[in-house]
Amino acid sequence: MEIPYTVSTRQDTGLTNGKIGIWLFLASEVMLFGALFASYILLRTGAPEWPRGASILNVPLATFNTVVLISSSVTMVMAWASLMRNRFGAFRGYMGATVLLGGVFLVVKYFEYSAKFHHELYPRTNTFLAIYFTLTGLHMLHVMGGMAVNAWFWGPGAKLWKTNPQWFTNRVENSGLFWHFVDLVWIFLFPVLYLL
Amino acid sequence: MGAHAVDIDKHVRVYILVFAALMVLTIVTVAVSYLHLSVPAAIGVALVIATVKGSLVACYFMHLVSEKKLIYAVLLLTVLFFVVLLFVPFFTVADGIEVRA
Repeated sequence: MEIPYTVSTRQDTGLTNGKIGIWLFLASEVMLFGALFASYILLRTGAPEWPRGASILNVPLATFNTVVLISSSVTMVMAWASLMRNRFGAFRGYMGATVLLGGVFLVVKYFEYSAKFHHELYPRTNTFLAIYFTLTGLHMLHVMGGMAVNAWFWGPGAKLWKTNPQWFTNRVENSGLFWHFVDLVWIFLFPVLYLL
Repeated sequence: MGAHAVDIDKHVRVYILVFAALMVLTIVTVAVSYLHLSVPAAIGVALVIATVKGSLVACYFMHLVSEKKLIYAVLLLTVLFFVVLLFVPFFTVADGIEVRA
């Protein structure tokens, strides 16, 4: 069965169904991360002592990763803008860069995690590390999910551009909304876990 | 396509400006952390900067500056529930049960 209103907008909502769908999903994601942020507040205020993130975690690496993720948000929005300008080649470049930057983020995160494990710092070590691994681990899964979808649109999924360019542009806009959300979560995770 | 090429050119200029602002704010938030402010002050500054950065991403990259009413309605409800969620931990303080180590 075909999903209606993927190309044209519904008259009553003024939106494509895909777009309202992704925003409803993001609303549920806000609650998922919100619950964990609330847990963080509860754990921190209830703890007799709480370490400064910088005393355990690597701030320069995380700063670098913040720059990487923000840059990937820019390349993502440029990928969409390229489709709007009818420049498919530019789209490929920007989308490829978005996926690669996501990969760089994961590689840096791998080195961060291994350094912690090397120093015998595990989720079970203390409450701070428990919430650190939970929040960054869940965020990392989101990066992986976003990369998979973006890689699909960069590769085989891009065939849709030839038959239905507007539909493809809408899909890229929606996957972009998810990717920017992942960036937005990191913008809050970075200061909360590393700097405070 | 919804927007004309000229509009998109304008959008792209805004994206570059937002990118620059996000980079500057990232440097500022890290720099402030080296000042070793008191914990409440540090939390305040960090959250204000993060909120500004997050709003820039949401407004410009996610196009919330010009979205349809239904999406604003969904997000208003989300913000409401999110705020309630963040305040849930405070009930553990307000219930008057003292926790002693």
